[in-house]
Amino acid sequence: MNETSSTTVTNHDLPNAGVVNSGPSFKALLSAGLWSNNPALVQLLGLCPLLAVSNTAINGLSLGIATAFTVLLSNISVSASRRFILPDIRIPIFVILISGIVTMVSLLMNAYAHEMFLRLGIFVPLIITNCAILARAESFASKNTVFASTIDGLATGIGFAVVLVVLGAARELIGQGTLFADAHLLFANLSSAPLLNFGEQYRGLLIAILPPGAFILFGLLLVFKNLITNK
Amino acid sequence: MNDNLRQLFSSNRHGVVLGCFALVVTAALALTQTATKSRIEYNEKIHRQKTLSEVLPAQWYDHPLDQFIVELPDNISGTNRTSYIAKINAIPQAVIISATATDGYAGNINLLVGILKDGTISGVRVTKHNETPGLGDAIELKRSEWIKSFDGKSLLSPIESGWALRKNNGEFDQFTGATITPRAVVNEVEKTLRFFNAVKTQLLAHE
Repeated sequence: MNETSSTTVTNHDLPNAGVVNSGPSFKALLSAGLWSNNPALVQLLGLCPLLAVSNTAINGLSLGIATAFTVLLSNISVSASRRFILPDIRIPIFVILISGIVTMVSLLMNAYAHEMFLRLGIFVPLIITNCAILARAESFASKNTVFASTIDGLATGIGFAVVLVVLGAARELIGQGTLFADAHLLFANLSSAPLLNFGEQYRGLLIAILPPGAFILFGLLLVFKNLITNK
Repeated sequence: MNDNLRQLFSSNRHGVVLGCFALVVTAALALTQTATKSRIEYNEKIHRQKTLSEVLPAQWYDHPLDQFIVELPDNISGTNRTSYIAKINAIPQAVIISATATDGYAGNINLLVGILKDGTISGVRVTKHNETPGLGDAIELKRSEWIKSFDGKSLLSPIESGWALRKNNGEFDQFTGATITPRAVVNEVEKTLRFFNAVKTQLLAHE
């Protein structure tokens, strides 16, 4: 855990914008999770599902929502019970909480987005092993109020989901020539027709959908992020 | 007594705390499971019926397709095959047989093959596969119409040598850049027809 906590935001790193409870400010938490300390782009955590599932935008969005929901609930439950969490056994407690939450999320997904659940397969239960979630529990939620942890969980979850969707959209667009195809698998009232379609003649650049394409495009995304940050 | 209990508690603090967390989480899980159980079962049923109905037109049955299920051993592959019998007025009209092609490019390809009682194919669909996107996944109806080229085929039409890809002087098209995948599907569909021939008296028997 030392490795991850050294790169994650703790109370000390955040500018305190004069909030009464002396916790990190709402705005600082949001911008940390979404941008300056984004779990995927900066901490480089949880890359296995990120690279595996981002072959289409809607797959990315589905796993993104499931992951965001998990990190939010995990942060809330860890911070709410932080008075009972003994330092020696904090990791087993986090794991119990996170695995319980993920199992609940996958049951709910199975019930309300069945086709999507079948399509994502093993990657829904595998959210348990996403270390971005454990890192938030360890370095933030176990030391902060429920309110601050909720904001942090939301920001981290959305930050992760946005990267999944952006990478998924890029891979789908390049590899398949469509954008947000099969949206009905996640939202029953949307049509299965893609939002954007290059047409039948576009054969697609196959590598974008295959695993190497995930690595290449994710690398480009990191370059892009660092260019903006270091400007 | 009270002191003993307190001592037991304090010396096992870690275990007690961990146990309490496990208890709370388990309770929450049990609640979620109970709340979602009927909906998940319903989803699975609808999904199964929808997949089955894709390989057999509605004119061949008057009941839910997953109502009559028969498991029979396949002597050729040595595994069990699941067959769904389609009946009208309790008289068998067709069967849908599950099939698995084990020689695909990336793992198993699961299929459903609908066969009318005279041995002609009413439809074939791929239910699960890991073939290369953009190449081998043309076996999905979503990607190409290829899987429909089995409709109306039987062991008599084409004859045995025709159950192969065009490049092997057969009747079925290969895909650009992928021959292993369609070959595996063609071979497995043929094997399924042979299995049907071997057990059809059992499958189509009146109850």
